[in-house]
Amino acid sequence: MSILVNKNTKVIVQGITGRDGSFHAAKMKAYGTHVVGGVSPGKGGQTVDGIPVFNTVEDAAKETGGNTSIIFVPASLATDAVLEASEAGIELVVVISEGVPTLDMVKVTPYLKKKGTKLIGPNCPGLISPDESLVGILPGNIFLKGHVGLMSRSGTLTYEMVYQLTNQGLGQSTCIGIGGDPIAGLYFQELLQLFQDDPDTDSIVLIGEIGGDAEERAAQFIKEYITKPVVAFIAGQTAPAGKRMGHAGAIISSGSGTADEKIAAFESVGVPVARRPIEVPQLLKEMMHK
Amino acid sequence: MKIHEFQAKEIFSRYTIPVTREILCFTPAEVTSATETLGLPVVVKAQVLTGGRGKAGGVKLARTIDDATQAAHQILGMDIKGYMVEKVLVAQGVKFSAEFYVGLTIDRKTKSVIFMASKEGGVEIEEVAKNTPEAILKFPIDADLGMTPFMARKIAFALFNDFNLVKQATTLFQKLYTMFLETDASLAEINPLVLTDEGNLLALDGKMTFDDNALFRQKEIAALNEPTEDEQKEISAKEKGLTYIRLDGSIGCMVNGAGLAMATMDLIKYYGGSPANFLDIGGSSNPQKVIDAMNLLLSDKHVKVVMINIFGGITRCDDVARGLISALSQLKIDIPIVVRLAGTNSKEGLEIIKQSNLTVVETMSEAAQKAISLCKDCAKQAPYLSSISI
Repeated sequence: MSILVNKNTKVIVQGITGRDGSFHAAKMKAYGTHVVGGVSPGKGGQTVDGIPVFNTVEDAAKETGGNTSIIFVPASLATDAVLEASEAGIELVVVISEGVPTLDMVKVTPYLKKKGTKLIGPNCPGLISPDESLVGILPGNIFLKGHVGLMSRSGTLTYEMVYQLTNQGLGQSTCIGIGGDPIAGLYFQELLQLFQDDPDTDSIVLIGEIGGDAEERAAQFIKEYITKPVVAFIAGQTAPAGKRMGHAGAIISSGSGTADEKIAAFESVGVPVARRPIEVPQLLKEMMHK
Repeated sequence: MKIHEFQAKEIFSRYTIPVTREILCFTPAEVTSATETLGLPVVVKAQVLTGGRGKAGGVKLARTIDDATQAAHQILGMDIKGYMVEKVLVAQGVKFSAEFYVGLTIDRKTKSVIFMASKEGGVEIEEVAKNTPEAILKFPIDADLGMTPFMARKIAFALFNDFNLVKQATTLFQKLYTMFLETDASLAEINPLVLTDEGNLLALDGKMTFDDNALFRQKEIAALNEPTEDEQKEISAKEKGLTYIRLDGSIGCMVNGAGLAMATMDLIKYYGGSPANFLDIGGSSNPQKVIDAMNLLLSDKHVKVVMINIFGGITRCDDVARGLISALSQLKIDIPIVVRLAGTNSKEGLEIIKQSNLTVVETMSEAAQKAISLCKDCAKQAPYLSSISI
């Protein structure tokens, strides 16, 4: 077991003929993910690495039974691609594209809710259930199948954490990069609940960063609903105020969203916060033996 | 992206949101003549891209032309939080009986545009939010419905008792919402919105910020940008696909991904060093990006050692390695470089840099500690180096 993606996940790659789309379609396929089709308007009928390409998501879904899509199209076209996937009945849409206008995300949110489409991203590395399915751009070789559920606002920091966990023999059930933008799909609360309900997940790692109050809300949620051990890490402990640190969401302003506030919020509900990535596995082991 | 008050109010005017009569001036002489044109009294306001102008003495009421000219002399050239005042806005003085706050922003929690309104206008809204949060009313706006008349009315009734004012406010709020969407704003604020003695609602001050991700389709807005010297460097980096923020330390960092870049800075501080910058080379990096990044790092003379921390995902370590090798051959680099490569194609990447004189380490902790120790060595040599340069 795992959450969101597993052996039965059938993936459609939107933007499969682009540089990143074709590269990662091949990588996902090589990992063992069922990449059943791709979409690239005007290029229907072609194949990429043996994967059939369709003109529309609807065609791709009908022909292949695809239930999950991953989007590699340019940011200005990304929300249209999300809507197309949602309309075609795709259950889980993962948006890798970076730089999507915030109001575009605001505009599509009600439609996704109405259709019951789950969204991950934008500006995210995707997700993986090790040895089952990789839907994203994460380097598959660093993951190890196991029982730690991991969620993160940052892509490469996810890899760093997983690398630490895997080195210590702590495998993962599912790892999700939720993206660094202010408006994103599934967030800490929804994922915490999914991990809580997943019998194969024993413990949870939450990687947050400065900006917004998602970590504070997650801490409250953990206090009320989560019984599995959780360990956290917050990036940006030394970031200067008022500066946007690459992620549009990672900005501290008006005295809220600082690392100190987030660390305090977690520690006040009994969630230990690692000061360095290397401390995460140790804290997790300590929590498991409590 | 931030803009000035006078620019925000020009945009308000385009949406027929009523603002004070006002003239932008660059010299005291211009202020004198603007005051003659507008009639007394006037308010002379510093135009700088930072808050807290009033507290810093950058806003003055003038009841005579001499007062206005004198205010201009005082305010022009003033330093407000590191920003030099180069222009002032001379606005007609308005008599009013009440001040309100209205603003639109994007709410992460409800994933919608949210309308904020308060009867406590004219003061710093951050203070109100901290001390009496219940005084700020919040109305999430349904993206499908937009700002419906009933919603605008509901907000207006929360602020006003007089139905004539409610009607004025309803139209104004709808215009504000349309403006917010059409300009891809991330904040649009009127503080204060005043009720004049003539019974009209008027925007006395205005503030807008915009979503950087949407500037590609907001050419007019993008043209309003007035970057500082540091921001200019950040913008030219952005054009090369790099996110760069200069800090004041001595260890130049090159990292892929914003989160890892922040964690790298944190780790350097943890071990007692100080990062010279935040630099995210992003995903999909081609070798040229690495050369550009290295150039950028070396342009900061405070950088005594470079620490490269790459965890490949969409970024391929072999691309980075090739970029490094080209950078080493093209640029004159006389400071130590510590490299850590992991993830996608790291084996190939490490093979490429094997023959170079880069200091290669395995983990980011090692990289940070190594960079700090090399930096300390540089510090010891520093007096010697500077004596050569003299």
